Amino acid sequence: MFLRLVGESFLRQKRRKLLAGIAIALGVCVATAMIAVATDIGDKISRELRSYGANLVVTPQQDGLAVQIAGVDLKPPGSRAYLNEADLLKIKGIFWHNNIVGYAPMLSVNVLLEPGQTDVTMLGTYFSRRVKFGVENFTTGVRVTNPWWKVKGAWPGDDSENVLLGERLASKFGKEPDNEIEINGWPHRISGILSTGGPEDDQIVAPLPLSQSILGKPGAVDRIYVSAITKPEDAFARRDPRSLSPEVYDRWYCSPYARSIAYQLEEAIPHSHAEPIRQIAQNEGVVLSRIKGLMLLVTLAALIASALAVSAAMATSVFERRGEVGLMKALGAGNLSVAGLFLAEAVLLAVLGGIAGLAGGSLLAHQIGRSVFGSTISIQPVSGALILLVGIVVTFAGSGVAIRRAVISDPALALRGEP
Amino acid sequence: MLLRATMFRRGRTASALLAIVVAAAAATAALNLFVDMQAKLTREFRNYGANVAIVAPPAELLPQDVLPIVESALNGRGYAAPFAYVVAHASNGTPVVVSGTDFARARKLNAWWQVAKWPDGPNEALLGIKAASLVSSDGKPFDLSFEGHTIRLNPVGTLQTGAAEDSRIYIPLSEFTAWTGVAPSTVEVAVSGSAREINTAIAKLRDALPRAEVRPVRQIIEGEARVFGKMRSTLLAASAIIIVTAALCVLATLLGWVSDRRRDFAIMKALGASQGLINSFFAGEAAILGAVGGVLGFLIGVQIAIWIGRVNFHAAVAPRLAIFPIILSGSMAVALVAAITPIFLLGRLQPATILRGE
Repeated sequence: MFLRLVGESFLRQKRRKLLAGIAIALGVCVATAMIAVATDIGDKISRELRSYGANLVVTPQQDGLAVQIAGVDLKPPGSRAYLNEADLLKIKGIFWHNNIVGYAPMLSVNVLLEPGQTDVTMLGTYFSRRVKFGVENFTTGVRVTNPWWKVKGAWPGDDSENVLLGERLASKFGKEPDNEIEINGWPHRISGILSTGGPEDDQIVAPLPLSQSILGKPGAVDRIYVSAITKPEDAFARRDPRSLSPEVYDRWYCSPYARSIAYQLEEAIPHSHAEPIRQIAQNEGVVLSRIKGLMLLVTLAALIASALAVSAAMATSVFERRGEVGLMKALGAGNLSVAGLFLAEAVLLAVLGGIAGLAGGSLLAHQIGRSVFGSTISIQPVSGALILLVGIVVTFAGSGVAIRRAVISDPALALRGEP
Repeated sequence: MLLRATMFRRGRTASALLAIVVAAAAATAALNLFVDMQAKLTREFRNYGANVAIVAPPAELLPQDVLPIVESALNGRGYAAPFAYVVAHASNGTPVVVSGTDFARARKLNAWWQVAKWPDGPNEALLGIKAASLVSSDGKPFDLSFEGHTIRLNPVGTLQTGAAEDSRIYIPLSEFTAWTGVAPSTVEVAVSGSAREINTAIAKLRDALPRAEVRPVRQIIEGEARVFGKMRSTLLAASAIIIVTAALCVLATLLGWVSDRRRDFAIMKALGASQGLINSFFAGEAAILGAVGGVLGFLIGVQIAIWIGRVNFHAAVAPRLAIFPIILSGSMAVALVAAITPIFLLGRLQPATILRGE
């Protein structure tokens, strides 16, 4: 009898049920989409923040002072320490290797340009080098770590003898892509003109082996820039790892803070000193926590709003049926069975509307991820189930108040159509 | 009659009103945040420091009054700090880069500098962490010489950035100039604003300083543009979802509310009311409901936006009054659509059919 009542109610009042169901579905849809976006936004934005360039730098431990003004190296040669290029691969072997987006080794050497000209700095680096670590293949170099570098012409090959000329040097010497330039007496082809808006505009950028052979130190690298996805720094991150107890140390080591990644890089690369680049690393944390906080609060507001909207829809749909309640009570139904009938309907509606909303919300989140970030945002099954559960509870609570008022009112009044 | 109709069904009207208020509040908060957050986020991005560098052309100096010129071009939208550089020698003969700057300005410009203590007196120096271990590892005063002139400096603080600054020594600009005779060669500028505003500022700086090179720092500008663009699109998508679903939700609720009143409609018609009168009656009621809901929702939504601004950005979100007409007309339009649609559909039916409950 009870089931039949519920079933008939759905069959006979298709329009009313549909409207209430739509309200629930929309509420759940907003909740799902916002929760999915808010939980994923941190990840997505940290990846985008990598377009600011490397946030960690590895230098030789015995490195002296850098004597550099506006990109020109004024340090006398011979007094420098170097890292070994072969150790670079170990970067991909550290605990947080999946968070390493890319790295670029640098080796600067002063060279003489064209006969009779003063010396300029040549920067040797990887452009877009394919590296194999274990079974993993990946591409790394300045094209990954420094996406703001623009080249007119073509990027040189990583094993070629071709170079990039900084744009101010190029205009000084009147060079175009594909011209030749004499470096230390040897002609090299200029494959492109580099524009960075930084000191590189006054430098020559060359494949790493070329600058190593000019320096006469095969395998030497004087610093490595590492671009890693990190977690915003907090008080815990700033603690000195040597002062931590073993358990706390493990927790520190296994958190992707810029400092703990730097610590692991130092471990991996012999005789090295790794450090976060504060301009990038610290501000990244600030921007990231602001954006995450913003999305969290917007989501919270949207959740409350959709809960209230669902409650309002349910209350309206119950108020409409006071005559029905009056009739059932006049025919001898108890308060409990009337309330039970309504609540059962509400739950059924919540489940149906909730599932539709969940599907719609996941689709929306997926679309936002694809159109804004070019990667998918998906909702975890656990949070999906949780949202559905909360949706049912909200529907329940929303109709509860209205049902109570409908049930306790006098059936005669309700049937006469009075409040 | 309108008033009584509303009062008569307090419960139903209240829940329909609640739906409108909630939707209008959510829409107001979303729109207000979307408009205001851009300014707030741009300010956060300014912590990345200089996005424009003004450099003296080779073998020339920047004009004496370069800072006032830059600041009048910025018009309060950003910070600027001058830097002068020389290579001096420590007492053991090691070369070290010494920079003269205005500490108060540098501090504002480079918020990420980790400084133990900022110098504020004469002969006080800020030492990069690497430079400190070289020239004054014990924290005692030290000598620097440049072209035969020697200066004795008091190390008061260390500076750590993880970049070139770690190898430098910073001293007040006035002492730097008195000691070396070298004037600032670079002014670093952090312009705040959108990409377009930054470009306008660069053009203004170029006009104001025709001899100097004004170089945009592409690393900072492009990184910001990219992250900011993504965040803006996400917020826009989120706001659109919230607003559209809120409107649809109100529509669904109100449709139920209005079509439940088909009996009223039928009775009025049976008593001889014209279709036009009935339409305007229902429309008027819906418009009032929409207006009241829109106003209440706007007030609540502004409060929500202010709260979010305070919690997340520690700064007030200015209520955008321009949003008010949008919210008001939006909620009234939704209410009207919800009211008119069922009446229009019912208009073709005979009142008797409705009254019989079919």
